[in-house]
Amino acid sequence: MPETEKLQGVHRFAVATASVTVLLLMAGALVTSNDAADSVPDWPLAYGRIIPPLVGGIRYEFAHRVFAAAVSVLTLVLAVWLARSGARIARKLGWTALGLIIAQALLGALRVLRGHPAVTATMHATLAQIFFVTVVSLALLTSAWWQRDLSLLDDRGSPRLRPLAAVTTAAVFVQLILGAGFRHGAFGILPHLIGFVVVTFLIVWTCRAVRKRFGQVRDLRRWGIMLQAFLGTQVLLGVAAYWAVAQAMQAVQPSLTYVVITVAHVLVGALTLASSVVLTLSCYRLIRPKAVVALRSAMETTRAGGTRPESSRA
Amino acid sequence: MKTKLFNLALAAALAIAITGCGKKEDTNEQPVANSNAKKVIDTSTVGSVTGSVTLDGKPAPIKPINMSAEPYCLKAHPNPVIPPEVVVNDKGDLANVVVYVKDGLADYNFDTPKEPVVLNQQGCMYDPHIIALMAGQTFEVKNDDQTTHNIHPMPKDNREWNKSQPPGASPIDETFGRAELAIPVKCNVHPWMKSYIFVFKNPYYAVTSKDGKFTLKDLPPGTYTIEAWQEKYGVLDQTVTIGAKESKPLTFTFKTAAASGD
Repeated sequence: MPETEKLQGVHRFAVATASVTVLLLMAGALVTSNDAADSVPDWPLAYGRIIPPLVGGIRYEFAHRVFAAAVSVLTLVLAVWLARSGARIARKLGWTALGLIIAQALLGALRVLRGHPAVTATMHATLAQIFFVTVVSLALLTSAWWQRDLSLLDDRGSPRLRPLAAVTTAAVFVQLILGAGFRHGAFGILPHLIGFVVVTFLIVWTCRAVRKRFGQVRDLRRWGIMLQAFLGTQVLLGVAAYWAVAQAMQAVQPSLTYVVITVAHVLVGALTLASSVVLTLSCYRLIRPKAVVALRSAMETTRAGGTRPESSRA
Repeated sequence: MKTKLFNLALAAALAIAITGCGKKEDTNEQPVANSNAKKVIDTSTVGSVTGSVTLDGKPAPIKPINMSAEPYCLKAHPNPVIPPEVVVNDKGDLANVVVYVKDGLADYNFDTPKEPVVLNQQGCMYDPHIIALMAGQTFEVKNDDQTTHNIHPMPKDNREWNKSQPPGASPIDETFGRAELAIPVKCNVHPWMKSYIFVFKNPYYAVTSKDGKFTLKDLPPGTYTIEAWQEKYGVLDQTVTIGAKESKPLTFTFKTAAASGD
């Protein structure tokens, strides 16, 4: 099989793994929203069987375990495939993804067997996001676009877009941890609300920088637009989720409205992080590092005037 | 080198995650013994507190439970089931209120009853809704339903446990070693199934019946703080002094938000 076809195959498989991971995230969010996390008290079996009685909350917990098993198998295949045909970084990332999904399974077991949702469930939710963006990154790194020879761009704005996008991604990730912590009782709502203000500011700043500096570059612009779209959706869902949580505190059981809104909030949060990661990686792929830009500027100045700029003397 | 450090850090984090959590749950928890020298109750002088609990105002309407997630549960109730959070009759008598001695019994020691306190699962509801027992007393959980339940008490000071109970399974026997108020109990298979367990160090507690009545009998003479707990309306305290062979009446009146002007 030609090399390009092999890569296309592994890329498609990575995209499929990322897509099934979205379903896994949804299944996990359904477990929490339906208050079904403890409906199956044993692990790895369920009620001592491979297939438990599929009633009430057990359906959600069991579906989550089935999706987790499916994603584990897909990740194993992806890691092996990448080890045989991927680039060095993709190979490493493939094994990292496999390590993460194994760690995630063990954390899930810990959540079931030892309880303590504030700690274990928050860690489980955090690791889920790390795994998801790892697989999304793999999908990007194996894409034909990433492999192509691309003409690189100079970023002469300040702050540089590469670190700005990276900081935004880190902030979105922290915000997701704060959200998970609130959902599982580790933190109050205040850190998540502060995180919302910080993340909104950073995303708007990053996307504005993309638009102003690289508005003509489709590969950056589209990810910026997507990130902003997810942010807008997430803000609306956040307000709705806040209302739904307040309602649920008085309710005897989770309502359908509560489940739909909170699950959507978790999913769009994950997609926001994923699009921020893709934008950041695209920035690193397309924009020259600061040092190279500085060197090029120095050379241009030397060519034009024969003098060395201050920065290059140091 | 960097890769090795990264792998080492990942392994360490995982090891901490697996081994570091959950230390609070000691499965060998024993009842806290009152080891100091304690007074013996003189049964010839004991008295009682008898009274009732009422609700002032009309409780907010509660939505019926939606049991559509489980056909068996749905079939078990031809009429809609209202969650038993506020059970009040036309006269305002309030059921499911726990009345107990909060303070005044520090100098006495009490035997743990031998008979178990039973929580049944019937029609995908807990019966009774409120359970009160003594520390170390057997707590027996039965499943009369033809569906699977899990029983999951979530105490703060006692050991947390979560057990499944399929139809026809033998009863689950457990104990709570330490006194603790209002331990929530859940069935995560059927999220509307909620209950509360009260664990006391003394036998002076009661759960009000449908007529709102309660009795705390065989109380030694003394001054006591009596507390009444209701799931939605919180707690009320009263101080009462009982002389030898004396019986004191006591009335607690909870107020709804509308009645208290909130």
